[in-house]
Amino acid sequence: MLPSLSHEEILRYSRHLLIHEVGLEGQRKLLAASVLVIGTGGLGSPVALYLAAAGVGRIGLVDYDVVDYSNLQRQVIHGMSSLDELKVESARRRMLDINPDIQVDVYNEPFTSENAKRIAEPYDIIIDGTDNFPTRYLTNDLCVLTGKPNVYGSIFRFEGQVSVFYAREGPCYRCLFPEPPPPGLVPSCAEGGVLGVLPGTIGTLQATEALKLILGIGQPMIGKLMLYNALDMSFDFVKLRKNPNCKVCGPNPEVTGLIDYEAFCGVPSHDHEEGTVGGGWDISAGELAERLKEGNHLRLIDVREPHELEISRLEDAVLIPLGQLAGRMSELDSAEEMVLFCKSGTRSARALELLASAGFRKMKNLKGGINAWAREVDPSLPIY
Amino acid sequence: MPSLRIPTPLRTYTDGQAELALQGSNVAEVMDDLVVHYPALRPHLFNGNGQLRPFVNLFLNEDNVKDLQGMETPLKNSDRLMLIPSIAGGV
Repeated sequence: MLPSLSHEEILRYSRHLLIHEVGLEGQRKLLAASVLVIGTGGLGSPVALYLAAAGVGRIGLVDYDVVDYSNLQRQVIHGMSSLDELKVESARRRMLDINPDIQVDVYNEPFTSENAKRIAEPYDIIIDGTDNFPTRYLTNDLCVLTGKPNVYGSIFRFEGQVSVFYAREGPCYRCLFPEPPPPGLVPSCAEGGVLGVLPGTIGTLQATEALKLILGIGQPMIGKLMLYNALDMSFDFVKLRKNPNCKVCGPNPEVTGLIDYEAFCGVPSHDHEEGTVGGGWDISAGELAERLKEGNHLRLIDVREPHELEISRLEDAVLIPLGQLAGRMSELDSAEEMVLFCKSGTRSARALELLASAGFRKMKNLKGGINAWAREVDPSLPIY
Repeated sequence: MPSLRIPTPLRTYTDGQAELALQGSNVAEVMDDLVVHYPALRPHLFNGNGQLRPFVNLFLNEDNVKDLQGMETPLKNSDRLMLIPSIAGGV
């Protein structure tokens, strides 16, 4: 039984009721629908705002982070008043401000193989607004195994992708990407950056697809992938086919339950210490300052991009961007002790691994990068 | 010449270029021409046996070349190939 609309609700949703493809019955479907939004960041912000405004009756939010100052450039559901607050709570407040008649459930926890089925169980549609490969493969497999549509969106710098992976009617994420790329090939938005409006464009398209699925109207993006490039203002569409050898949605699946996705992707998704290599390869900003003060000769190697030097720099550091390192190793002396650094330690950790595989041993990774240096040693430098 | 669109994450290896005109009458020849001009791309696209790595998708116009004739798919001068990468960003 679909719910009926009060007079207030008829007024609130009047612009929907005027479209015959939605109408009163469509609005009642929206009110009866339930959608789980994984991640309340860049993509999750517009998704949650528009689904709340559209009157989707039950919306779940999964995130375990708090609102940070550097989120506000793009995560438009949060504001100054919610700094340091749990993202799910900040988002819920804003959604209920837009529409107090809906139910917003919050899950302040990482989305994992252990809790994913429990969290997703009450929802009809899952929206993937995460920021890492392990959670993307987890979301895909969960949707395939439980027969739910996965409204997918993903972003990097100026580029975005949108699709609906619904294994009952078309291909899944693994049909297109059977395996994740090796760690470090694709930088995260935190390291690689993202145009603030980009998640707005892509997240809004995800919300659109979710509404179409609920209403049963139009052509959902099942079996299609949209590629958006903001610089070229190009929208390309390609056809996706079910992969008969797909390990999760193919006729002979190998994956029949949720697996360890961090191991599968070779990268941690939650609660790892960012910007470190481990195994004694790291040096803290304080230790580095101490060693430089003692007059130790250390070659500082900055593996960031040239434009980042305009934000902050360390004196006497040599710039070799990570992407050029493989071709410029001959410039380095393996007998000389080196300290590698970047913004927050992630790229320099990759650089260290690259150099270690080439036989370099006398080197350290600056834990937390130049941002940690700014925080612990030289507060005159900005943190970015 | 057929063209190839390079996604943002791989433009570091193509001097920032987004669209390349390449020589070749099939997909394999065009990809060979690509890695001859931009050798740093090779390890990102191909495994040790010279096969496309599983996270790399190559589309000819609207179709995945895997659904056509793979690397042997013939190309016309007006054809446009697109490399589609795995990207995971969302926040």
